[in-house]
Amino acid sequence: MSNSISLQINGARRELVLDDPRTTLLDLLREHLDLTGAKKGCDRGQCGACTVILDGRRVNSCLTLALSCDGADVLTIEGLAVGDKLHPVQAAFIEHDAFQCGYCTPGQIMSAVGLMLEGHADTDPERIREAMSGNLCRCGAYAGITQAVLDAQARMKRQAAAGEAA
Amino acid sequence: MNRFDYVRAKTVPEAVAAAGQAGTAILAGGTNLLDLMKGNVVQPTRILDITRLPGLSEIEISADGGARIGALVRNSDLARHAKFAGAFPAIAEALLSGASAQLRNAATVAGNLMQRTRCPYFYDPASACNKRSPDAGCDALGGDTRLQAVLGWSEHCIATHPSDFCVPLAAFGAIVEIDGPQGRREVPFDAFHLLPGTTPHRETALEPGELIVGLRLPAEASRFAVHSRYLKIRERTSYAFAVVSAAAGLRLEGTRIVEARLALGGVALKPWRASAAEAALAGREAGQAAFAEAAGLALADARPSGDNGFKIELACRLVIRALQAAAKGTPSRPTALPASLVNLA
Amino acid sequence: MASITPTYVRHGSNIGQPMTRREGVLKVTGAARYAADNHPPGMLHAVMAVSSIARGRVASLDIEAAKRHPGVVEVMTPGNAPALKQHPDEKANPFTFKLDLLQDERVRYVNQPIAVVIAESLEAATEGAILLAPSYETEQACVTLDDGERFVPAAVGVGDEAQAGHGDIEAGLAAAAKRIDVTYETPAQYHNPLEPHAIVAVWDGDRLTLDTPSQGMAMAQMRIAGLFGIAPTDILIRSPFLGGGFGSKGLISGPQVLGIMAAKLVGRPVKLVMRREQMYGPVGHRAPTRQRFRIGAGEDGALTALDHHILTASSRFDDFFEPAGGVSHTLYATPALSTSYEAVRLDTGTPLFMRAPGEASGSVALEGAIDEMAEACGMDPLAFRLKNYAEVEPLSGKPFSSKALRECYAQGAERFGWASRPLEPRSMRDGAGLLTGWGMGTATFPALMFQAEAKAVIRADGSGIVEIGAHDMGQGAWTALAQIAADGLGLDMDALEFRSGSSDLPNGGIAGGSAHTATAGNAVHSATGNVIAQLANLATNDERSPLFGAGNSGVVARNGALWRRDDESRGEPYAAILARAGRTEIEAQGQSGPDAAAQSAYAGHAHGAVFAEVKVDPELGQIRVARLVGAFAAGRIINPRMVESQLLGGMIWGVSFALHEHAIMDRRTGRPMNADLADYHVPVNADIPSVEAILVEEHEAHLNALGIKGVGEIGITGTAGAIANAVWHATGVRVRSMPITLDRLIA
Repeated sequence: MSNSISLQINGARRELVLDDPRTTLLDLLREHLDLTGAKKGCDRGQCGACTVILDGRRVNSCLTLALSCDGADVLTIEGLAVGDKLHPVQAAFIEHDAFQCGYCTPGQIMSAVGLMLEGHADTDPERIREAMSGNLCRCGAYAGITQAVLDAQARMKRQAAAGEAA
Repeated sequence: MNRFDYVRAKTVPEAVAAAGQAGTAILAGGTNLLDLMKGNVVQPTRILDITRLPGLSEIEISADGGARIGALVRNSDLARHAKFAGAFPAIAEALLSGASAQLRNAATVAGNLMQRTRCPYFYDPASACNKRSPDAGCDALGGDTRLQAVLGWSEHCIATHPSDFCVPLAAFGAIVEIDGPQGRREVPFDAFHLLPGTTPHRETALEPGELIVGLRLPAEASRFAVHSRYLKIRERTSYAFAVVSAAAGLRLEGTRIVEARLALGGVALKPWRASAAEAALAGREAGQAAFAEAAGLALADARPSGDNGFKIELACRLVIRALQAAAKGTPSRPTALPASLVNLA
Repeated sequence: MASITPTYVRHGSNIGQPMTRREGVLKVTGAARYAADNHPPGMLHAVMAVSSIARGRVASLDIEAAKRHPGVVEVMTPGNAPALKQHPDEKANPFTFKLDLLQDERVRYVNQPIAVVIAESLEAATEGAILLAPSYETEQACVTLDDGERFVPAAVGVGDEAQAGHGDIEAGLAAAAKRIDVTYETPAQYHNPLEPHAIVAVWDGDRLTLDTPSQGMAMAQMRIAGLFGIAPTDILIRSPFLGGGFGSKGLISGPQVLGIMAAKLVGRPVKLVMRREQMYGPVGHRAPTRQRFRIGAGEDGALTALDHHILTASSRFDDFFEPAGGVSHTLYATPALSTSYEAVRLDTGTPLFMRAPGEASGSVALEGAIDEMAEACGMDPLAFRLKNYAEVEPLSGKPFSSKALRECYAQGAERFGWASRPLEPRSMRDGAGLLTGWGMGTATFPALMFQAEAKAVIRADGSGIVEIGAHDMGQGAWTALAQIAADGLGLDMDALEFRSGSSDLPNGGIAGGSAHTATAGNAVHSATGNVIAQLANLATNDERSPLFGAGNSGVVARNGALWRRDDESRGEPYAAILARAGRTEIEAQGQSGPDAAAQSAYAGHAHGAVFAEVKVDPELGQIRVARLVGAFAAGRIINPRMVESQLLGGMIWGVSFALHEHAIMDRRTGRPMNADLADYHVPVNADIPSVEAILVEEHEAHLNALGIKGVGEIGITGTAGAIANAVWHATGVRVRSMPITLDRLIA
């Protein structure tokens, strides 16, 4: 079996040859592609710090074998902002102080983006809390995180409505 | 993680041929396999990636109300499939109460059946474990036993099966479709997972080279749709394995129970179907007396495997609660915290 | 302190503003570089092999098997580890902890490093560590408080007395109308910052560059310099962001030093990142405690005696004793007070300060016991606490430098709705039938100060630079210290370049003891004040300046210019002052440290009151904290947005303490059986439906020039007890052993 894979990462096509079949998507991003935004907190799918969007849905990249991603589309925290313009979730995280140390933040943000992409946006904070429970925050920024997700959803909805009206 | 060869199967026959080779592990969602490999709990020399197999990712609801689920359907897709969740709400609820959104997006339904126990001694390569290495002994006995099995355990293994999804599958009589060197066969859900006995390393009915290709839910299982729940007790509000869980379904005529389904999770090395309790409920008035009797029957054979006697009482009470919840009726919209007992008003 | 001349500075333009985090964009875009994100050219990966036994010796390692694995470059063992200039067990002071650096084959706890595998890839290093397949000579281990022989430690915490008090306890108890004698237990806990300890080490001759998270870069420099026999100034530590510390990154840890040794051994840059499961041993933990309270009160509810005895544990080879008695010294007035300690030695890693060390474990126990005393007296828990309100610090008799605890009680209770709380337990249910309980606890944490230095510069263009080797582990140092710096220089934030997070900057002290903003902030305040004073000297002594003759005391710095205090229409921009003096820049140093006079005259503490509502399933025992309200008074608040976040985070640690965290050890082997984040539970988002922190106004005039106390740790105190008390109020069951798990509630 060839160790060559093709990935679309943050919109750019990458043809990659893996030296080692053991490399996870997380280690590929962090150690080989200098995309160090996704973090390793547990390496066992127990903290969510490594969350990325794989083919439109959030996954733990630490439990994803890079080889098995051949042909996939990967969105990481580095691909979220457009130039200097932050994604609404990113902006809302700053505004609501939805992080302290910042280590879980890329995973939290990708998880929030993922829940919207997956069609689970909801105005009920309880459902947002449940949907965001796969991302541990040891600093305890949960109240801000929930507020930021609700706020970003509302902003995106308004933007979409404005876009339709225009 | 040890070095391994990575192979990708393109067809089911190709996968079956490859799966039989020694040292091969099947990779689907990978959420359990990679975790185990990173913990040095398993050391496959060959990884067979079956994620691209055609025809295993469909959810079909038949006209009579039954369902067929391809082995590679992701947990999240099944849980959010409107028709499926409408017909089998307790199964959807169980799926949504398991793990995290990220893990549910990756994990497959067949992989869920194949997941290994969370027993800390199984996970600790320095401990003796009959599952990891037959006849090595069981260090869980006399160790940290608080969350271990209270039903169906043996002196060789006191672990529990960690799945949420499998509990309602057991209750509603799912059928496991298997393909293998000898061709296709079907195994009733209750016969799929094995109790430890003297061979705890044998965990399922799968023979070498066999793989799960799908699950079926019989049409009669959907007749419980308006009265079924999955409830789960856990030690934090979300993203935690069950201490004890229960799936219950009732068919009611007025307040009389025509037929009942009941299974427990977190109590044994397999999802525990409580057939005697189901039988006792049939024909009874839905209410405390019948439910308490059923709970007693469900846990009649339970005994602590250590410092975990509380789980027996807890499971009894949860059975009653799950039956009450089922009798009350399936919520029109899934609750904000699936399977939870502490939804805030 | 004396060097600060407040006339030059003006507060209010930046300090006190809820600014968002200055590093926020870096953190939300993934651009913030944490230690493990670095990848210098030629770097190798190092992975530790750790012990699976608690006590004994490593008998064998299959080094050849590891070396045969493709990509493995070297295996570091006691046989080839670079020699150290100082034995890592040598203790210079109580802040020096013994480290396990492959000096011999001895094993003293589970997860102790026993070898390091260095490889071209992370995958190869990881597998190489497994291939070492160690065998051991195992000795019987002790891992619980019931094991081992008890003794009285010489000191607890960092140099606190193991026996303290006043008055006659037995007489106080004898005179009491109501008495309780109760024992609380708290488990071992692990810090578990989300960022595992990591280091990227690069040697260049005898010079060393390190990317590694540190809560105390200057102390780390000293420790590393001693171990390797090099000058502290030859060690550059870069720690711009910590992925959480909570005390575990206060001192350089053994695994971090092993990364430096590995780089030395192979002569190439090395990255060593701990695996999560390895963090349950070599990087500290909160020691378990068993705390017995004997408390007496009169008919009126006034305390007659408070006796607090603590049993705790340190490792078999080093000393850190969880100082859980401190809270009893400061909270409630009593004519007879005693705190005393015993300890045992266990075959575990050495315990360490973990967020609110002593205060957290002491608080949950004391607040529980006080609640039980209130119950015994038939009094409302808040009324009981107010009855025993300490007007002076109970142990020392000193007045408090400031204490707005009454206001905290009042504002917290009001916001929570405490007044409608029924006295009887198990008397409230919600619409869904869940038992509902309300509990409260008092929060307290000492206002500490350490020593720090800072440098301030004003450049030719009138902009400023402030430098301090401070540490941002999420508390907001990048922002709060810059706010202080900007105000000190009389500049807008965007005219200030604030440099921090690196050891080549002035020593910012240690980020611990909730003292960092006070310590580093006052150093910045001092440096900026000094540079403005120098600038004022230049201007007021120059007859060409409109400020000539104003004298230092007559000048104020604002908006990048100095102004005459007596005539604010007359001023001169910094740039003009420097230009005329022919200076390209002007700089000054500043210092801060504890004010000995203030400390001997006053007791300095932050305070708070926390109110909790819990829901408990009546038959199944499942618990959820439905609501938390905390009100805290901690002197001057530099940035209310970040202070609120710190307090909320602390309160969530309180939830975790009360309901989730505990190390589960196999008593036979000493192995932690929940050494991962799936089984070592900390709260998830769904555990925190509602949490609020009220910042109560408090004027602090004594402890330091800026009037800052700390907020990093106080949130845990009070909260865990409030939750435990609420669980009792909901269920009628007093659980005195943390965490409160559902099995205790269903009996």
